Amino acid sequence: MTTSLKLRALFLSCVFLFVSLGIWEGVTPTVKAASEMTEYEMLMGGADQEARVPPPSQVLVRAFEELSDPFYDAGPNDKGIGIQIGYSLYRVLTGYLLAALLAIPVGFLIGMSPLTHKALDPFIQLLRPISPLAWMPLALFIIKDSEASAIFVIFICSIWPMLINTAFGVANVRKDWVNVAKTHELSTFRTAFMVILPAAAPTILTGMRISIGIAWLVIVAAEMLVGGTGVGYYVWNEWNNLDLTSVIFSILVIGVVGMLLDLAFGHVQKMLQYQE
Amino acid sequence: MEKPFLEIDGLTKRYPSPDGGEPLTVFENINFDIQKGEFICIIGHSGCGKSTIMNILAGLDEPSCGGVTMDSKELAGPSLDQGVVFQNYSLLPWLSALSNVMFGVQARYPKWSKAEVEKHSLKHLQMVGLFDGAEHRKPSQLSGGMRQRVSIARAFAIQPKLLLLDEPFGALDALTRGTIQEELIRVWSGSEQTVFMITHDVDEAILLADKIMLMSNGPKAKIAETVVVDIPRPRKRADIVHFPGYYDIRNHLVDFLTTRSKEIAICDYEAEGRHYPELVNPLRDAQENNPEDTPVILKTAG
Repeated sequence: MTTSLKLRALFLSCVFLFVSLGIWEGVTPTVKAASEMTEYEMLMGGADQEARVPPPSQVLVRAFEELSDPFYDAGPNDKGIGIQIGYSLYRVLTGYLLAALLAIPVGFLIGMSPLTHKALDPFIQLLRPISPLAWMPLALFIIKDSEASAIFVIFICSIWPMLINTAFGVANVRKDWVNVAKTHELSTFRTAFMVILPAAAPTILTGMRISIGIAWLVIVAAEMLVGGTGVGYYVWNEWNNLDLTSVIFSILVIGVVGMLLDLAFGHVQKMLQYQE
Repeated sequence: MEKPFLEIDGLTKRYPSPDGGEPLTVFENINFDIQKGEFICIIGHSGCGKSTIMNILAGLDEPSCGGVTMDSKELAGPSLDQGVVFQNYSLLPWLSALSNVMFGVQARYPKWSKAEVEKHSLKHLQMVGLFDGAEHRKPSQLSGGMRQRVSIARAFAIQPKLLLLDEPFGALDALTRGTIQEELIRVWSGSEQTVFMITHDVDEAILLADKIMLMSNGPKAKIAETVVVDIPRPRKRADIVHFPGYYDIRNHLVDFLTTRSKEIAICDYEAEGRHYPELVNPLRDAQENNPEDTPVILKTAG
């Protein structure tokens, strides 16, 4: 029954996809190519006064063109989509890893010690709701480098879910397992690594998964601000070029990469998940 | 007289009452001794503080008053000298059965090589009937009985001075319970292990124990009696019920649990100095009264 459910779901997904694409394609009037226009029409600025959203068929053609040569580099304003994604991923992963290096140990400490929890909680509660982009001007002023500022913004937005989830996971390790560590005379250090870390791993991974999702959301906005390279910059640049086809294409690419990042973390999470 | 292996001296547990009134006394002035190699069961109604006594012996809880001396040393905190088997198994779910036992053995013998640790662990798993691939399963892939076997194997593998069992078979069905009880006897009889076990099951206590401690109802619970189980070993579940006098012991225990545990709780005698539980031997009493062969509910100071 499960396979048939999967098949039926797949079928339904395809129906949704084709119906929505069909409607989109259908409501988009075809604009005549310049060669088909009469001289008069061309003088009048074409048949259509309005810029229109391109139909899906055009987006597909653009996607094919871009993806068949993703790594070309024709100067600062014309780079392949692969290169742009590479820049974005580099920034996201650097900021994210730095955040993990700070958030997981500090989260561990907060989870294990009620004192540090109480002491640090007001700061976390205050800093957490700040939009990561609000840090951008300050970061630019202090760091004086747009590249590093973008990484800093990723760093600051990735910290909170990892910190909070690690602290929660560590603080809520089942008392029985801590007692097992105690009755086996494990040192604090060994208890942390042999009992608490594996017990809290699924919760920590959940935090890491939320963080990478947020980081990928934020990088697009950050790159629109700092400019130069990256998918965020690419979207904004194509908007300035009034190339709506490329804008739609890059939106889809952002979605796909975000989905792949999440899938990868979901996979790791599954490996560390245990059943009680 | 030789100094007993384990001395419990004036143990008291009080919890402060939430509204600042009189603190709640769970138990008060508990005194008893355990000799090396003895198998002790403790029976009492829920809430009388059995588990608290056990947690104090394990070092996981602290008494409000009094202390425990083991092997002439004051007990301070949990250690590898006190092995614990909890009712809910307390296996680490991300480790296989074998790794769970190795976890304990490694902690006990940090200088052993990995091969030695594994060999020792496998031996103990085999003793409780886990082999042929079952030892590589995660606890979630094992039945309740199997999990408790792993837990027992881990406790025996670290060879603690005192083994504490907190209702180890409470969550198991009657059939599984019977098999594991016999396995426990078998593993124990070759080990000279001192065991202190909590149970609710009268038959289980008679099958396993050398002495059964009876606790009166809380609050202010006390250990009223120590019942000697003079049934020769090795004991088998199937045979033990036919042993003459089995029902004398059983009736004595049931009578205590159903009626006398309440009465003792009501007559709140203020113990002057140390109060030790009365030593009772229903079997001997029954033999002395044998001619009438009446159900025996008698007490003799030991």
